[in-house]
Amino acid sequence: MGRIGYVFLYLCLGVIAIFQIFPIVWLFLFSLKDNSEIFSGSPFALPTEFRWENYQKVWEGGIGVYFFNSVWITGLAIILTVLLASMATFAITRMNWKFNKFVLGLFMVGLMIPIHSALIPLFNMFLNVNLIDNPLSIVITYTAYNLPITMMILLGFYYTLPREIEEAAIIDGCSINRLFFRIILPMTAPVMSTTVIINMIYNWNEFVFVNTFISSDEYKTLTVGIQNFIGQYMTDWGAIGATLIISIVPILLAFIFFSNKVVEGISSSAVKG
Amino acid sequence: MNKVMSNKLVIALYVLPALLLVGVLIFIPLILSGYYGLMEWDGIGTMKFIGLENYSNAIKDLKFWDSAWHSLLLAIFSTLSLVIYLAVSLILASKIKGADLLRKIYLIPMLLSSVAIAQLWIKVFNPTNGMLNNILMAIGVDSPPAWLAEPKFVLFAIFVPILWQYAGFYILIYYAALKNIPESLVEAAKIDGASALQIAYKIKIPLIMGVIKVTIVLAIVGSLKYFDLIYVMTGGGPNGASEVMASYMYKLAFASNDFGYGSAIGFLLLIITLIVTVIIRKLTATKEELQY
Repeated sequence: MGRIGYVFLYLCLGVIAIFQIFPIVWLFLFSLKDNSEIFSGSPFALPTEFRWENYQKVWEGGIGVYFFNSVWITGLAIILTVLLASMATFAITRMNWKFNKFVLGLFMVGLMIPIHSALIPLFNMFLNVNLIDNPLSIVITYTAYNLPITMMILLGFYYTLPREIEEAAIIDGCSINRLFFRIILPMTAPVMSTTVIINMIYNWNEFVFVNTFISSDEYKTLTVGIQNFIGQYMTDWGAIGATLIISIVPILLAFIFFSNKVVEGISSSAVKG
Repeated sequence: MNKVMSNKLVIALYVLPALLLVGVLIFIPLILSGYYGLMEWDGIGTMKFIGLENYSNAIKDLKFWDSAWHSLLLAIFSTLSLVIYLAVSLILASKIKGADLLRKIYLIPMLLSSVAIAQLWIKVFNPTNGMLNNILMAIGVDSPPAWLAEPKFVLFAIFVPILWQYAGFYILIYYAALKNIPESLVEAAKIDGASALQIAYKIKIPLIMGVIKVTIVLAIVGSLKYFDLIYVMTGGGPNGASEVMASYMYKLAFASNDFGYGSAIGFLLLIITLIVTVIIRKLTATKEELQY
């Protein structure tokens, strides 16, 4: 291919890159402007004055609460999911029992189902056990719905662990709990970190469960919180921009620092879609 | 060794917590959804068994078929857009400098929540102050439409952020598959005088056919489940012009308190998704995957 051909290809790729990030850059720019500047100026212009007070205003106006809810609910669900998935994957791939393939199949079927089909019965179940408007319902729902994908990412790694390690540990009189928690689990750290990242993205961005199960502002997470919040600030674009930027910054930071893990996790989560 | 590794009590302790959660919170609700579909029920009061009435109503319900049609349209759009993603991936995987950085840039929208994406694109499509109409007016378009308020444009407008959101995801998958093709195959074809296009058509695409089929299933099934973005951007409007199956179900249950009918629609969504998955798998199945 000639030089001109290559220049053309790079140009195409560059235009796509701009299409992919420009809306986010535009969002960041208007989060630092006020309405008169947004409505009269060019969408591409830098703010004449960086109005960081937009951020302070929305943070104190309630976004701070949603943010911390997102942090602890996301974090707790990640710990539960990765721990339970690791234990189940260990028992399924490393221990000897009759129905392990069948049980694994059950978990993998969980990858295919549309969550909306389960939503009404879930709502009713939580209503009956008084877990509606209780963040616990969100934590266990996130855990259940992310277990299949987490196990799928873990599986490959567990299958390749060498038998000798288990044999040696057991001959030395190591109990199975000790074998799992002290030897196997630390060995899976690389793949566990991938599942942590994927769970973080899913939980942080989840919307419909919180929207359905939680009604009090004090328990809402960012995705649902910003929905209400933006209704309030309907016409204040700067405030809306600041709210959205706050909600996406943690994930963007995770991406900047662990981009290879994110890429790995997203490619291995392909089946979930 | 064998005795320790087949300790039934330990196995139960390790598997049951996860299995219970998945069973109680995923499988039982799915079955219940079909059962609630047989009821007349407002979500609070007692249920009344009405047999298959909800299901037969659904079949006669034009709004349901409209929403199913919109879901199908999104599925078609999404499948067609795979061609663009594949083309970009082919370029990206052909010894482009900075390919790794580019595919990461492409991936960024995929990391955002659908709510943030929807809110951002509501602003982009804003009729008077949005980025899109600002640009259109700057290049001389007189009165560009209010994209999300026009029934004839709304689905296309919604599809733009969908295209934007998933680009990086599919490019990532194709790129990884293309990078797995042994260099020797491509080199041999080049020596035989094949052009870049011929190499793409005759060698690269057939070799990653397995991956392409998986992405077709993902794109179609993913579209059938589409909800968050549409719910936030338009709420299914204007006048049902962007209603999809999941948003219609949600509205019936949580806005109209018609939990019985909503459950029936939810159950139909499950059945349709499973049937479509099986059909596409069958249609795209080949006797043997290509080996290289």
